[in-house]
Amino acid sequence: MGKTIAEKILSYKSGKNAKANDIVIADLDFVMGQDGTSPLAIQAFNEMKAVRVFDPKRVAMVIDHSSPSPLQGVSQLHQQMRQFASEQGIILYDIGEGVCHQLLPEQGLVVPGDLIIGADSHTCTYGAINAFSTGVGSTDLAAGIVSGKLWFKVPETIKFICNGKLPPGVFSKDLILFLIGDVTADGATYMAAEYVGEAIKDLSVEARFTISNMAIEMGAKCGLMEGDEKTVAWVKAHSQRDFELVQADEDAEYARVLEYDVSDLEPQVAKPHTVDHVAPVGEVAGTRIHQGFIGTCTNGRMEDLRIAAQILQGKKIAPDTRFIVAPSSRQVMLEAMAEGILQILVEAGAAVVTPGCGPCVGTHNGVPSDGENVISTANRNFKGRMGNNRAFVYLASPATVAASMLTGKITDPREFF
Amino acid sequence: MYLKGKAHKFGNDVNTDYIISGRYKFKTLDMKELARHVMEDLDPEFYARIKKGDFIVAGKNFGCGSSREQAPLAIINADISAVIAKSFARIFYRNCINTGLPLVECDTDLIEPGDELEIDLNQGILKNMTRGIDIPITPLPPVMLKILDDGGLVEHFKKYGTFNLTEK
Ligand code: SF4
Repeated sequence: MGKTIAEKILSYKSGKNAKANDIVIADLDFVMGQDGTSPLAIQAFNEMKAVRVFDPKRVAMVIDHSSPSPLQGVSQLHQQMRQFASEQGIILYDIGEGVCHQLLPEQGLVVPGDLIIGADSHTCTYGAINAFSTGVGSTDLAAGIVSGKLWFKVPETIKFICNGKLPPGVFSKDLILFLIGDVTADGATYMAAEYVGEAIKDLSVEARFTISNMAIEMGAKCGLMEGDEKTVAWVKAHSQRDFELVQADEDAEYARVLEYDVSDLEPQVAKPHTVDHVAPVGEVAGTRIHQGFIGTCTNGRMEDLRIAAQILQGKKIAPDTRFIVAPSSRQVMLEAMAEGILQILVEAGAAVVTPGCGPCVGTHNGVPSDGENVISTANRNFKGRMGNNRAFVYLASPATVAASMLTGKITDPREFF
Repeated sequence: MYLKGKAHKFGNDVNTDYIISGRYKFKTLDMKELARHVMEDLDPEFYARIKKGDFIVAGKNFGCGSSREQAPLAIINADISAVIAKSFARIFYRNCINTGLPLVECDTDLIEPGDELEIDLNQGILKNMTRGIDIPITPLPPVMLKILDDGGLVEHFKKYGTFNLTEK
């Protein structure tokens, strides 16, 4: 019997013949923590009486969630991370470098076939470049940085076959929102997702990250894609490391196989307060919007900013609206400056904030007030997510957010394409 | 591992914010203090009613949401001995094993609030004493039982310095 991508990577890294539901202890290629989870992991590291990390080149800590620090308490925690990083010689990304999930692939730290854990639930993002990456808690992170290993339950896999071509004005964000709406927020719990088909192959690697990033919003452990020539070219442009693509076997066993035709897909919006509360944009069009946000590990990349600039070029956002942009990394910000994209967005009325998580998790940089509606390119719209549990967060593609900023209402972006 | 106590029942999709609200979890790392607020938004009297060893019993997808470990730690510090649910969110599941909180997956429709339960984790048996029925449970793999027996992953690492688990 053949193997899925998840089974292959976990077999290879554990040295066992790993099949779904087995438990294996596997070697980690990379371990990451962010500023919300690293301090507890450092505490666990010390309680474990550990002395050194397993390999400083394979451990990174990223200060992105509350960055730069908005509070004295947070500053102390950041300081602990800086101190730990300098004592151990691990990689530290300090304020302004960007969101962890943008940095790991962009800086060439992770490549196809890798096994990666991160103490952040959206670590599943790197599945888009054919790596098994998954989110864990702080104690797992500590065990990982001490031993370079972790136990895994080998997941079963749901295969999503996406046929057809996405219509103009409809993007990978719309596709993943639609899939989450279809299988629901716990539709893939304990499982790996594999995304295949023509519609996935057509996407750029940047657009693919958006899909793998949101695998956790259907409960999945990872969101894997088979690599292709685009993957190889993208990874080679970012990393010096050698790698080999890992493909699923023809006769691999799947828990479920779901098939879609995306040719008629409309732009999708996730309504408050759950990610699987999804509707075509037409159903919510006209809803008053007070604040728009383009950024995050889901949609803060160059391609996303370009799409927004295409819609906003030479125009102004609607009166009585606010528009926040957080490039997902310093490199993205520099590129967006060089291309004149930031100029266009700022002229249109954007407030550009530090590369990092920005207002996504509600720690700072744009907390909405009571009763306000926000449209965001992020991946979660839970009550209180952006820092106020009396605000309403809608999730959409960068195109839908940009189009909605022009009118101050949720707007179908297809007229711009 | 043998556990005995009373059932406190909750519904489906209990997220980590309900287990311990963000109002508290960012404020303190004092887990005894956090424990006082466990499940507060779903049941303000909950903490006051817990007797040492009692169980949280819930529907599907218990523990969905963030990867923060304050959620299982608050439950442990409230003297709950295990969580019983139809299914668990994945990161929460790992965090429970790692922090030493036993989990039981079974058909919780067979348990009513206040039922007296007895669980033998090693044998994989749950007895509903009030109703006189045995409820089949999905047994925990030996690897997880070993971590639980050691008192969680930090204790396991203190003892062995790395993973020392029998693999399947
Ligand atoms: S951008 Fe948002 S979802 Fe992504 S890592 Fe930061 S807080 Fe999490």
